[in-house]
Amino acid sequence: MLAPGFADPVHDAQATFRAVMDALARPGLPRPLTPGLNPPVPLTPELAAVALALTDADTPVWLDAGLAAEPAVATYLRFHTGAPLTEDPAGAAFALVSDPARCPPLAAFAPGTPAYPDTSTTLVLACAAITDGEGLSLTGPGIRGTVRVAPAPLPEGFVAQRAENHAGFPLGVDLILTTPGRVAGLPRSTTVTEG
Amino acid sequence: MGGGGGAEPSAPQSGYNFAYLDEGTKRMIRRAILKAIAVPGYQVPFASREMPMPYGWGTGGVQVTAAILGRADVLKVIDQGADDTTNAVSIRRFFAKTSGVATTTRTTEATVIQTRHRIPETPLTEGQTLVYQVPIPEPLRFLEPRETETRQLHALAEYGAMHVKLYEDISRHGHIATTYAYPVEVAGRYVMDPSPTPKFDNPKMDDCPALQLFGAGRERRIYAVPPYTSVRSLDFEDHPFRVQDFTEPCALCGARGHYLDEVVTDDAGGRMYICSDTDICETRVAEAAR
Repeated sequence: MLAPGFADPVHDAQATFRAVMDALARPGLPRPLTPGLNPPVPLTPELAAVALALTDADTPVWLDAGLAAEPAVATYLRFHTGAPLTEDPAGAAFALVSDPARCPPLAAFAPGTPAYPDTSTTLVLACAAITDGEGLSLTGPGIRGTVRVAPAPLPEGFVAQRAENHAGFPLGVDLILTTPGRVAGLPRSTTVTEG
Repeated sequence: MGGGGGAEPSAPQSGYNFAYLDEGTKRMIRRAILKAIAVPGYQVPFASREMPMPYGWGTGGVQVTAAILGRADVLKVIDQGADDTTNAVSIRRFFAKTSGVATTTRTTEATVIQTRHRIPETPLTEGQTLVYQVPIPEPLRFLEPRETETRQLHALAEYGAMHVKLYEDISRHGHIATTYAYPVEVAGRYVMDPSPTPKFDNPKMDDCPALQLFGAGRERRIYAVPPYTSVRSLDFEDHPFRVQDFTEPCALCGARGHYLDEVVTDDAGGRMYICSDTDICETRVAEAAR
């Protein structure tokens, strides 16, 4: 049977959005996100919450290999969001990534255009853990001084990929990092270094 | 208290979705807000809806507020700093009716503050969101009327025309005569219109702990300044940016360093200057009376 969506669609979607908004406004500071969803694996409750809160018929969604291999995931997302699924990462408004270590290069996704940088892909990654402290060192808008955060796992060569992504500012993809019970933001405006 | 003060949370009026907008519209606005935060100062186009108030009355701000508002929020609405003027009262009542959220006139108690053309004098804090009503979001619009061209100018970060405009002020008046909607550069990249706030408020936008969101309903644009982001008012080395100063203190609360409104008191040239921010003025008067 199809797994249910939000128990309270209006307020659960609002709570999810607010957590994501606060997370992107303060990069690297994880926010609580407890959506109470039970989607088909490997779709995590947090990935599902972001998809249900933000995607619809206007937003092509790309699924990573792990999610695409499980037909119940596509059925769940199609039923609850109505979003078209795409196999072209450069054509996706949102990309759901259940296995960040095997995420395609960030450059494979849409960076937006100089006149419309908002047309870039937002990647939503399901990390196993996001811990405070050594790992990534973040500076930029939304950050008071420097913030350190350690999400894991991350795509191969992540810091170099992010540097390339940031160098093209205002073009570039934005990342939403999720982990059980929490969400953190890594918008394109953030400078990421190791440390 | 101004505008009858705030109100506790209540049951929203039946027949409307929470905070008036339908969920599809909220999703679209929410996506625009997230992109606006990711590219500070860049104007994200959005599919602005007809609202039950005319364009020019804050339909952009109202749509942004409706998209972010949750049941636990406490909403404050100000119009030129005042909680008790028509625009502020009607928007506050609109959300009290359609969402049932608690409302307040106290800056310190609010989680979401919708504003028309002022930033509260009380310093904003982390966790607060300031929503601006914006009539004309494009800072270059009066220099270049074509949207296709201004898009290109922003894409190329070509802001020479804006500096020429400020220079023409100097050559004509001896100083930069722009006093409101004074252009700012956000995070070292986009030049942005801070909405028609007096330039007095520009320094409050810089490195502000609160999230600042801007909604322009008629012009269909949303933009943002994340917390702790540099917001620099454009100027010249030999003509540095300066805010207005007032010779007299507020006639009601005696405050100096606040933005003051001129109030004409009779037909013989009598006038007084009072705080434009009614909340801080009333708070100071009440404290002094104690």
